Amino acid sequence: MSNALEIKHLNKSFGGVKVTQDLSLTVKPGERRLIIGPNGAGKTTLFNQISGELASDSGTIAVFGRDLTKSPAHLRAHVGVSRTYQIITLFPKNTLAHNVALAMLGTSKRKWEALKKLQLNDPIYLRALELLDQVGLKHRADMLISEISYGEQRRVEIALAMSQNPSLLLLDEPLAGLSIDERMIVRDLISAIPKTTTIIMIEHDMDVALSFAETISVLHYGSLIVEGDRDFVVNHPRTREVYLGH
Amino acid sequence: MKKLAGFLTIIFLISIPFYSGEYYINLASQMLIAAIFASSLNLLVGYGGLTSLGHAVYLGLSAYITAWLITKIGLSHGATAAIALTATTVMGMLFGWIALRATGLGFLMLTLALSQIFWGLAYRWVGMTNGDNGISGITRPMPFDINLDQSNYFYWFVLIIFLTCMLLITRLVHSPFGASICGTRDQAKRMTALGFNVWLIRWITFVLASFFGAVAGLLYVYFHKYIHPTVMSITSSAEALLCVIAGGAGTLTGPIIGAFLVMILKNYVSGYVERWNMLLGAVFVFIVLFMPSGITPWVADKISRLRNTTK
Repeated sequence: MSNALEIKHLNKSFGGVKVTQDLSLTVKPGERRLIIGPNGAGKTTLFNQISGELASDSGTIAVFGRDLTKSPAHLRAHVGVSRTYQIITLFPKNTLAHNVALAMLGTSKRKWEALKKLQLNDPIYLRALELLDQVGLKHRADMLISEISYGEQRRVEIALAMSQNPSLLLLDEPLAGLSIDERMIVRDLISAIPKTTTIIMIEHDMDVALSFAETISVLHYGSLIVEGDRDFVVNHPRTREVYLGH
Repeated sequence: MKKLAGFLTIIFLISIPFYSGEYYINLASQMLIAAIFASSLNLLVGYGGLTSLGHAVYLGLSAYITAWLITKIGLSHGATAAIALTATTVMGMLFGWIALRATGLGFLMLTLALSQIFWGLAYRWVGMTNGDNGISGITRPMPFDINLDQSNYFYWFVLIIFLTCMLLITRLVHSPFGASICGTRDQAKRMTALGFNVWLIRWITFVLASFFGAVAGLLYVYFHKYIHPTVMSITSSAEALLCVIAGGAGTLTGPIIGAFLVMILKNYVSGYVERWNMLLGAVFVFIVLFMPSGITPWVADKISRLRNTTK
């Protein structure tokens, strides 16, 4: 079986600043991969390149054997690439249920239905309620995004991504800004995601992140500098150098 | 409650010619035509989040094509209407393709520039358009041998088309595609990541807006039986935008109320106040200051507050 993600010699620069430098990365199906690195290491840029929001200067990106290097961003969602954002990117004026329903329309042909009213008992809304139930927010389904707490919005982010049944899920700091209790909730949500979804996560909370990932990749100035299992990476001199400066 | 209000409004609209004079029936017809036009622009501005300052070009183009085909070629009304609507929509496809290279201010400037081209053409291409003299001598259609030259029959004819357009627009806005349009307005980046082709959705919205604009143009030229280049001027486009913003962009009833208000000021009040444009400006400033999101959202907000306090 082909790899869930195979990146070869990827490059991206903004003007003279190289944010991704000759980066190659392979993630196996079902894997839980953690990407760490200091601020400005190019982690989010890498996600933007995989999801297609940024075009790469050179190199290739393949997801489950399909070359997506040149695919426009919206088509990548149809191949099974789904992502969340470090800065919450939801539809604040809409209800939670509508947010999730909209996410499901994204990969469905039904988004082109122009003369039929989207009823509240539509299968897509009922499925949205199920998904909100999974993230523990069914009781808030009819509230607006702007009316719920930041921690709850983080959970909606995950519900949106999961509603598309992704084969490759990119989580960009899903725990950012959460309290300890909320972190535990989100951590449990992520661990409950079935293995049919391959997960790549950027996270700074090492306690949660290290318990989640099997393999860790360390990025520094857009290059992959260390990769391996938890103990290997944590004890590697390069990791210590990057994070501690000695 | 909402359905009852809608039903009563429709009954009221149908009944107008039974107790109103010719002047008021004609004013009502003009109000409905302006409402169709404002609602078509609202698809783009209110739901798509794309502010256009060149929407009058679709009204004007459809009106000019109709006028030209009827007076110079002598084509039948049915064929003329079909050609005018199709040609204008095709023009909308082309203009949308050009204007949607940008969003925001760039989009606004492109729509303005494109409409100015046709405004200039209408003035200068005298052989086709009679230039500043305009085209007169346009007749109204005679569907089922009903004489639309009578103001009451013409009003009902406009009303039927108005209600059909509003039904279609309402359905569209509440449909999954309508939800997609609003999504591209609110969070384009996320929509792309979710698998929506944002550009295509915007383009289709643009084309739909130009089609409904063309419908308004058809009725406009039937009503006036005359067409002049000023219908395509920036003032006409700005007036429609004003209807949308004053009434409430992104609401179904807002542009209708906005259009009614502007038409009343323009036709009725101008009989008493010479500088009615100044009055229109003052009303607009008042609305923007005291109801920044428009009349409809302001009223809706007051009603919901009233309900909450009586509970």
